[in-house]
Amino acid sequence: MEHLAMHISNGIIDGPVAAIFAVIALAAMALCVQRGRQHLDDRLAPMAGLVAAFIFAVQMINFPIFTAGISGHLLGGALAALLVGPWVGALCVAVVLTVQALVFGDGGVAMLGLNITNLAIIGTAAAYLLIVALLRVLPRTPAGLAVTAFVSALVSVVAAAMGFVLQYQLGGAVDLGDNIAGLAGTIAGTHLLIGIGEGLITAMTVLTVAKTRPDLVYALRARGPVASTPIPAVGGAR
Amino acid sequence: MRKRTWGFIASGLLVSLLLAGVVSGFASADPDGLESALREGCTVDAEGAVTGGDCPAQREQEHEIGGPLADYGVTGIADDALATGLSGVVGVLLTFALAGGGFWLVRRRAGQQTTGDGDGAAQPTSAAGVG
Repeated sequence: MEHLAMHISNGIIDGPVAAIFAVIALAAMALCVQRGRQHLDDRLAPMAGLVAAFIFAVQMINFPIFTAGISGHLLGGALAALLVGPWVGALCVAVVLTVQALVFGDGGVAMLGLNITNLAIIGTAAAYLLIVALLRVLPRTPAGLAVTAFVSALVSVVAAAMGFVLQYQLGGAVDLGDNIAGLAGTIAGTHLLIGIGEGLITAMTVLTVAKTRPDLVYALRARGPVASTPIPAVGGAR
Repeated sequence: MRKRTWGFIASGLLVSLLLAGVVSGFASADPDGLESALREGCTVDAEGAVTGGDCPAQREQEHEIGGPLADYGVTGIADDALATGLSGVVGVLLTFALAGGGFWLVRRRAGQQTTGDGDGAAQPTSAAGVG
């Protein structure tokens, strides 16, 4: 069994485009440190470390997606946004990608800005926008939280995948011409299926944390996206 | 309170270590959604290597670093599940140390004043940004 690389490898996107996205990613991460810092207290800091470690672990577990010969794996943006908020969450995913590129040869070092842009920035941002909207309209019950997690995770995976399609159009190694639409269609289709897996894992994980320690779920906290409402009684939470 | 939080962190870390160290051995070996899309147009042999045709995946180049844990294996360990599990355990501990340590260093200390949007007090170190 050869464990395959799961992020953009060297040679797939040309150097200048990769460099532009490296600058974008670096600027966004600096902003995330600045904005995330106000949420990072003695409780959130170790929790964010755990979220990063958990995402690294679950990303290793590729699951079949009912399409012959293709697997999927967690990206983690929605999970991170739900548990530690968008700024710190994006940093968690970025740390995972950096470790994978520097230590595990997964994703070219020159491609790191592209991978961070797709998974850490687009994935987390898309998820967070949906989380805020869904938590406002859905009932504040475990089912409401589960639906929020599932939908935001699914959409975030497709959004992150479309980030790659955009990058490929700007600087793909092989000029696909009109076939870029074909690539977009293929990637959208597989990532819709991967998104179902991402949604299930995200919902299961967030519900588990919400049942044992609702105060450690950023999306349920008073400082979170839906301020002024008390923490909902999820399951047997005290 | 603090003790309970650290207990939760320890349990979560244990779950992560089991997932990366043991469950990872049962993961699908098929290429993921990105890789498979980049192989469209190419033929692939049983080992997963591109053998012919025309597709973006053929342009893939060597990784800059590689290293002893490249591709989630361990140089010198032939048993795939064991190598994957060991590299997974190292990865979980390394990620936790870097992310947790970095976040701990830039955290808001008790009693520290932050302005409304936190901008005034933020002095991020460059090392903390991307771990």
